[in-house]
Amino acid sequence: MNRQSTEAALAASEGENQQFLVFSLGEEEYAIDILKVQEILGYENVTRIANAPEFIKGVTNLRGVIVPIVDLRIKFKLDKVEYGGQTVVIVVNVSDRIVGIVVDGVSDVMTLTPDQIKPAPELGMSLSSDFLKGLGSLEKRMLVLVDIDKLLTSKEMALVEQVEQIAE
Amino acid sequence: MDITDFYDTFFEEAEELLADMERYLLELDLEEPDPEQLNAIFRTVHSIKGGAGTFGFEVLQNTTHLFENLLDHARHGELNLRRDIVDIFLETKDMLNDQLNAYRNGEEPDQEAFERICKTLQQLALEEIKSQNDSASSQAVDEAQAQTAHAAAEPVADNAQEAAPSLLIALLGVSEENRALLVEELEQFGKIIAQSGDRTRYEVELATTTSAADIESVMCFIIEPEQIETRTADTPATTAQAAPSEAAEPPAESPSTAAAEPPPPSAPASAASTSTEPKQPQKPAAKPAAKAKGGAESSSIRVSVEKVDQIINLVGELIITQSMLDQTVSQMDGISNGSLVNGMSLLQRNARDLQEAVMSIRMIPMDFVFSRFPRVVRETSAKLGKEIDLYTEGESTELDKSLTERIIDPLTHLVRNSLDHGIEPPDEREAAGKPRRGKLTLSARHQGGNIIIEVSDDGAGLNRDKLLTKARENGLSVSDGMADDEVWQLIFAAGFSTAKEVTDVSGRGVGMDVVKRNIQGLGGHVQIMSTAGQGTTIRIVLPLTLAILDGMSIKVGKEVFILPLSTVLQSLQPTKADLYEMAGDDLVLRMRDEYLPVIAVHDALDVAGAQTDPLRSIAVIVQGEGRRYALLVDELIGQQQVVVKNLETNYRKVPGVSAATILGDGSVALILDIAGLHNLSLGKKEANQPRHDAPAPPLLSPTEVDLS
Repeated sequence: MNRQSTEAALAASEGENQQFLVFSLGEEEYAIDILKVQEILGYENVTRIANAPEFIKGVTNLRGVIVPIVDLRIKFKLDKVEYGGQTVVIVVNVSDRIVGIVVDGVSDVMTLTPDQIKPAPELGMSLSSDFLKGLGSLEKRMLVLVDIDKLLTSKEMALVEQVEQIAE
Repeated sequence: MDITDFYDTFFEEAEELLADMERYLLELDLEEPDPEQLNAIFRTVHSIKGGAGTFGFEVLQNTTHLFENLLDHARHGELNLRRDIVDIFLETKDMLNDQLNAYRNGEEPDQEAFERICKTLQQLALEEIKSQNDSASSQAVDEAQAQTAHAAAEPVADNAQEAAPSLLIALLGVSEENRALLVEELEQFGKIIAQSGDRTRYEVELATTTSAADIESVMCFIIEPEQIETRTADTPATTAQAAPSEAAEPPAESPSTAAAEPPPPSAPASAASTSTEPKQPQKPAAKPAAKAKGGAESSSIRVSVEKVDQIINLVGELIITQSMLDQTVSQMDGISNGSLVNGMSLLQRNARDLQEAVMSIRMIPMDFVFSRFPRVVRETSAKLGKEIDLYTEGESTELDKSLTERIIDPLTHLVRNSLDHGIEPPDEREAAGKPRRGKLTLSARHQGGNIIIEVSDDGAGLNRDKLLTKARENGLSVSDGMADDEVWQLIFAAGFSTAKEVTDVSGRGVGMDVVKRNIQGLGGHVQIMSTAGQGTTIRIVLPLTLAILDGMSIKVGKEVFILPLSTVLQSLQPTKADLYEMAGDDLVLRMRDEYLPVIAVHDALDVAGAQTDPLRSIAVIVQGEGRRYALLVDELIGQQQVVVKNLETNYRKVPGVSAATILGDGSVALILDIAGLHNLSLGKKEANQPRHDAPAPPLLSPTEVDLS
């Protein structure tokens, strides 16, 4: 079934505790590897790019570097997409590229022990389990651990001209 | 530290040396070769050989060895240089370049080519060298003889030592591995009399006739010049007696270097060459070279382009921040905030100066480009049987490095074209009352924010009638009343060539259109001036840098876009009489006698809330890839210089957009690409077509009705 996430979970279980940045998209809680995060910005001054997929909001100026902004809420097909004071952009650095992702809010940084990371089940169409590292379980909360590297370099994100797909 | 760390330095230096060599070879006056120049050529080859030996690039070392021997004869007047010999030398230089590139890519050079060039050089040595008995000449011929030469040269070298001053060379802070290499290298210059010391200071006493400067320049391939100290030793000759046995042993088994193997042939060569001749010709030549080298090192440093670009980026940022602050300050009360306002204007001036200074780092003189043309002209004119002199002007005009690299190909094309089609054969020239020798001039100069590069020849000029006839044959729409300027531009049409026959230099009609496209790609344009019987001048106008662009900001809906100012011809308010509808959706705008396709920017880029009525928009006439278009925009904001930012660094190529920039308020604006925009709007229309014209699919039409 889904080899990657099992592998990721296995690899994690052998390794040490991992730190994740937890953010919310609507009611759901997601988390990404904190080492990928460069900084967190407010959502402002985004220049639209014509003829781009809907979830690519445009580009913004990050201290002189032009950075594309992706709205994960649109990508994950959430019902409510609003831009308010809470809306933030997490700037991540994946495969030598800087990309900003729009989320509803950033809550905290969590340390997960290897056995808190469970393999992800097969999910719906909007988020293939290929892009997940697994699910993090924390008492009553469940975190969706996103493999932000794979997600942002994937073909369907259309962020990268030519995609070297390692995972088949 | 690994020896491979020094490879890059060697490659770079060797490349420069080869470039120098080519220049010297081309400048060489064959009737009366300047001994200085011959020495200089010899020295470049010798330095490369030294480095190649050190790093174990055997093929390169052997080729340079043969080459060096020939050059040695040439500088001693034993080989009379002729044009064809210089041609062989140039060919050898190219071969060395290939070999260097092969090593750079971690490959072995082409063995076949190596053998061929060796044969050519040996042949040349056999045929041309007058004093066949000279031991040194015979060793250039074959290896077997080289052995005897080796034996013969030895005593000579020994004798020379007595007269030769011994040099005391101190190596400071050199690791053992490098020291072993250096000592080996030194052995090639003469006899090591004594060596001792430790890491911080290791002294080698060397009996040699080679000048200290020459030795230093070879050693600089391995260590920094500061690490070498040379002085003439005043040690009595007696120590020389005790030392040889010690010196004869390889000082250290240096692993990983093939340098240990090849020394035998080259060691006697340099010994023989320096000992058979008095060292006068070498000494004076070595001096200025050493001085030049020392001077260059203290006044310039090698910095990677990346670092420079980073600085340029940061300064660009500073400028943007400064203009943001400026906007804020300008809204404040100037009286109560006087010092702030003053400070801001000072900051502004300093920031601009800083930007200019930083941009100038990337600038390199046009000489970098022009220096390759003597060779092109020489070879092409020989091939065509024409006599042509090349003149260059304004070599010191500076241009952005990224531009110089990209201007070389188009310029080469233009030069070849001028040589082939522009300048007539000598007899024809004579008949026309012109000097037999044609003249080709390359010039560069600054004008405003542009650089102007011209290729002019004193040939026959463009033939208006021939161009028009040819254009008609090719099915281009032309009229006899066309302005000269427009007729000349025809040569840039694809597949257009008026050459009577195709030569292997040019004439296939590919090329000129590519030249034009390349130059437009660099944000420049091409002009042609031609007078029948007197010649043609092709003028390239380029922006000084790709990093900054003169832009026209326009507004569509709420969005701001930048048009490169070089593409904007004019703007106008379209009237109903100017606009024609074609085949339904297509609009054309009539301007004088031309019909321009209309591109509605809001349509091509899906801008919401834009002015959709063409009569209320502003039409900006632009040209892209040789065609003119009318862009419909809402508003013209103004002209400004913008810093060009790449979109592809973090994102991807966007159709209709060439790059992005950051506006004064910190927001991003996209720089439009005219041709891309046209394709976009074509694509859009095609996509829309089926829904409007083709019978709507039955499933879709009810929904459409429902919606409306």
